[in-house]
Amino acid sequence: MVANDTSSVATAAMKDGATSAFDKKQKRGCSAIGLSITLPVISYSGNVILEDFKIELKPGTITCLLGPSGVGKTSILKSIAGILPLAAGSDIRASDGEAIMGRIAYMDQKDLLLPWSSALDNLLIAARLRGEKVDRHRAKALLAAVGLAGKASELPSTLSGGMRQRVSLARTLMDDAPIVLVDEPFSALDAITRHRLQALLAQLCAGRTTLMITHDPMEALRLGHQVYVLAGDPVKLTPIDDLGDQIPRDPTLSSLKEKYNQILDLLGMQKDLG
Amino acid sequence: MAKFLRLTITVSGLLGIWWLVVWATSLPKFILPSPLQVFIKFSERYDIIFENAVTTATEILLGLAFGISLGVLSALAISIHRGVKQWVMPVLVASQAIPVFAIAPLLVLWFDYGITSKVVMATLIIYFPVTVSFLDGLNRTSSDWRDMASVMQSRSKSAAPMRLFRLYRYIKIPFALPALASGIRVAAAVAPIGAVVGEWVGSSSGLGYLMLHANGRMQTDLLFASLLTLTVMAISLFYLTDYILKLALKWQPDQETLT
Repeated sequence: MVANDTSSVATAAMKDGATSAFDKKQKRGCSAIGLSITLPVISYSGNVILEDFKIELKPGTITCLLGPSGVGKTSILKSIAGILPLAAGSDIRASDGEAIMGRIAYMDQKDLLLPWSSALDNLLIAARLRGEKVDRHRAKALLAAVGLAGKASELPSTLSGGMRQRVSLARTLMDDAPIVLVDEPFSALDAITRHRLQALLAQLCAGRTTLMITHDPMEALRLGHQVYVLAGDPVKLTPIDDLGDQIPRDPTLSSLKEKYNQILDLLGMQKDLG
Repeated sequence: MAKFLRLTITVSGLLGIWWLVVWATSLPKFILPSPLQVFIKFSERYDIIFENAVTTATEILLGLAFGISLGVLSALAISIHRGVKQWVMPVLVASQAIPVFAIAPLLVLWFDYGITSKVVMATLIIYFPVTVSFLDGLNRTSSDWRDMASVMQSRSKSAAPMRLFRLYRYIKIPFALPALASGIRVAAAVAPIGAVVGEWVGSSSGLGYLMLHANGRMQTDLLFASLLTLTVMAISLFYLTDYILKLALKWQPDQETLT
């Protein structure tokens, strides 16, 4: 099951003729923008869980936000996406001065595929919800890019967890949004599938300003141009410095060992390990 | 094949018990006719039974059509506009609190002896389960999908009502269809009750009318023949509905059917 599912996605995507057409389109449609985000108050079901949150997202890079559960990571992402109402004094500013509404793609922890729609139709749902003309050609190219060229007409229930998450990733990229918000996208997957999909995400989100939430330090070190840890009491945001620009990194490198320990320390996990 | 065998055994078993009771008690024909007598009556009078069955079937199907349409529209209206709920809900509950048997004479008085009063009766019975189950389905669309749709629609240039329409068209209604299907299954099971009750109160044709007529003349065998026809009709309607719904909702992976 696993071996079948994780057929070498990245290389398959490279070889595929459709991918190059898709890449061209991606470069044309997307000019990277930075974001500076100020959220004075984050509350969850009436309780204030986080105060005075500030973060800068550099244009065209992946920023990983690490933290224990319940610290408000998802609420931050949903506030930026416009799903949650913003508290007074909140400020989300794009580097080009334009509004960010409508330039965001959001990928949930769950794949959220429509169970009655084929993989291809799931990619077309955003255009349909807006009443725009659907671009089947681009949808097919994207499915090919995530290594699912032959599965376009399959229903989600016939796909494995990893394949579903790949469809979900393709759907997120379908809108060609310059800002991508990703909420623990691979947490429900097995280690091997997760590893493949991380590489795929790094490849496909290149050039987009991406904020990714994760609770896996390895994932953050592998994918994040910038890595931040949100933890402590009171909760504060700590950047992990000097990681280098090249992603995906090999998290087993000895140079990252120190960073890994630093993250565990910040998450308060060091004493648990003894 | 096993299903067919099971059905044959059940039916012949029931017929056997019936026969045994008639044989053991030697009740007169006008109290409890034997299966053979009923069968003979059916073959003699099948023309009149079919003629009346067509009337009843028409009433049931029209009742289903109106009841389901009204139920679906009400559920949509209530789900889209909270204010509508406060107005429609009491009417909905009242339509169920008043026994249909109690208002059947009134309906016959207002809508005459023809099929209209029976269609109204069947519609009234069907309306409630359809509305409530569809509304449940619409209200239960997970907020995850609504959030996803709202982000996707945030760059839409179309007006708010069009966005709402598309949200229902592509997300909320499809998600509510399994719940609506449960409502329709209940509706298919109770629709014949509405039609037959209407015919009992006052009518000039239909299986209910035929049964009442046969009963009055001590033609118990004809009554049984009509009753069995009605039973077969109701069961076929239910399983046909169930089958169609199952086909239409093939995507629903955890779908349970009753067949």
